[in-house]
Amino acid sequence: MANHAHTVLDILVNNHPGVMAHVTGLFSRRAFNVEAILCLPVADTSTSRIWLLVNEDGRLDQMMRQMRKLQDVYEVTASAEHTKVFADLASVMSSESNQSMAG
Amino acid sequence: MREMTGAECTVRLLERQGITIISGIPGGANLPLYDALSRSKQIKHILARHEQGAGFIAQGMARTTGKPAVCLATSGPGATNIVTAIADAKLDSVPLVCITGQVPTPLIGTDAFQEVDTYGMSIPITKHNFLVRSAQELLTVIPEAFRLAASGRPGPVLVDIPRDVQLEHIAVDDLPAPAVADAPPVVSDTDIATAAEMINRAARPVLWVGGGVVAAQADAICKNLAETASMPVTMTLMGLSVIPRDHELNIGMLGMHAERYTNMAMEGCDLIVAAGVRFDDRATGKVNEFCPNAKVIHIDIDHCELDKLRSVSLGILGDIHDVFSKLLPKIETKPRKEWIGYISALKSAFPPHSPSESGFESPQKFIRLVGELSDNSTIVTTDVGKHQMWTAQSYPFTGGRQWLTSGGLGTMGFGLPVAIGAALAAPDKKVICFSGDGSILMNMQELATAVEHNVDVTVVLFNNQCLGLVHQQQELFFEGNCFSSEYPIALDYVAILRGFGWHVCDLAENCSEEIVKQALATEGPCLIHMPVSREEKVLPMVPPGAANRVMIGGDTNG
Repeated sequence: MANHAHTVLDILVNNHPGVMAHVTGLFSRRAFNVEAILCLPVADTSTSRIWLLVNEDGRLDQMMRQMRKLQDVYEVTASAEHTKVFADLASVMSSESNQSMAG
Repeated sequence: MREMTGAECTVRLLERQGITIISGIPGGANLPLYDALSRSKQIKHILARHEQGAGFIAQGMARTTGKPAVCLATSGPGATNIVTAIADAKLDSVPLVCITGQVPTPLIGTDAFQEVDTYGMSIPITKHNFLVRSAQELLTVIPEAFRLAASGRPGPVLVDIPRDVQLEHIAVDDLPAPAVADAPPVVSDTDIATAAEMINRAARPVLWVGGGVVAAQADAICKNLAETASMPVTMTLMGLSVIPRDHELNIGMLGMHAERYTNMAMEGCDLIVAAGVRFDDRATGKVNEFCPNAKVIHIDIDHCELDKLRSVSLGILGDIHDVFSKLLPKIETKPRKEWIGYISALKSAFPPHSPSESGFESPQKFIRLVGELSDNSTIVTTDVGKHQMWTAQSYPFTGGRQWLTSGGLGTMGFGLPVAIGAALAAPDKKVICFSGDGSILMNMQELATAVEHNVDVTVVLFNNQCLGLVHQQQELFFEGNCFSSEYPIALDYVAILRGFGWHVCDLAENCSEEIVKQALATEGPCLIHMPVSREEKVLPMVPPGAANRVMIGGDTNG
């Protein structure tokens, strides 16, 4: 994970079943790995925000366009700054797993 | 306020959408829908013999009218069978609304009888899809499905309705208004001005048109534009009917099975006006060696297509008819004698393989003969293989929505059911399906559907007792190791089709123009059986993966 330049796709979507499959399907069909996923409902819960940690890649621009074409997607932006959130989460997860192994 | 079931609600909404014909097959999970459909006075149901046939019959209707057509399938195998027709519609941008039955909601996810994840399975092959969770939702989902199928770049939409949702009673105050397609994006005046200037300045421009021009019904204005600018026109497989075959500016199809002079003319151009095309590998060859010196103006209704495979000098997002109408008054009338002369010289040096005369000496000449004996309004469908490329190279198209072929997915078995759908949608027109013995078997069960509705479909069957195009590639690229592409047993197609109740005309027995004329004058389903040698090839040809300048064969029209 550390060897590549990463970015985060910030995607605002409808919050209902199947939306995640529509979004991640664009990656799996291209054999493009999603490194990490974060998804939380927004305000009134009718929409959600998905953050995908992905490698910087020449194909991302086309994939963002395809994503904007999905009916359940409102906005897509790329932001390398958000990668820090995933680094923080990674340290939380690793300390959690150390604890559970110790317990 | 009226009480109705989800199934009745669906049928009412389809009626309000103006649907008059639906193809499909009933099964356990869509029986409530079929029960409601039986009471519709407006909608006629075409019972297909296989769900893939039902999907392609609907495609035939949609490709002929340009409007969304509807097909039905039950859950499980019904849904998996119809998937090919939906994927085909996605790749060729055909507006379809496919409604599948699903096991009752409480059973979803339990591996119930005839359960398959239709929603999950259809994500990558539809423009959008729905799993309906209550009858109330149908009031928004059904119109939305039609809006999505018809808006922008058309495509297939799947609506999966569990059986209990079809049976659920709801009270409906007012049914929603029928959906209409969204207005196309507004084209900027600056883009139009820039494009006009680029065209006016170009010394050697080529207009390259595809299926998007047919979808936008822009064929007439496209011809005007080409004539005003003296801009030669090349077509993708999907755009072949845009410009009449014998028009002086028509330089034929480009790419893998282009004429030599066409691909060479492309090499020499300084500007490509690409309209409604998607830079498919069958058209461009090795894409980074495709016309490297030309500037490109790319006009498309789908923003994802702009800059997808080739970075362009100018991308215009919009409806092609709208763009051409705004562009035309700004285009200077120019003869471009030098450029037109250069292409004529290429054409003389490398004469086209497609015949300028009709006859019986080759499949190409025979296709031209069938075309000359047919009305200009005739709709042509094909299956996939040698006969498809021969038809693409030879049929005298005259314009509009008369050419229905599986371009993107390349589905064998496409031709017959699509011809049936086209004949149902345009009962006043003749439909000719050019097919091969490999393809016809793949949806042969629909021969029964054709007879049942007495559709005016003529199947011209080129019989070479092999999978022709596979056979050709094995000969050319696998040292003649023709493995698994020959059929050792000669089937008696004449007896088979007669058994289905088709009229038959066997050119193996008797072959004359008069006999062909009689067969074409036959109303209702009719077979013309034409034996062809395995040695008849589709040439010239660009080897898969090579640049378009690398062509095999077809130096002369010998």
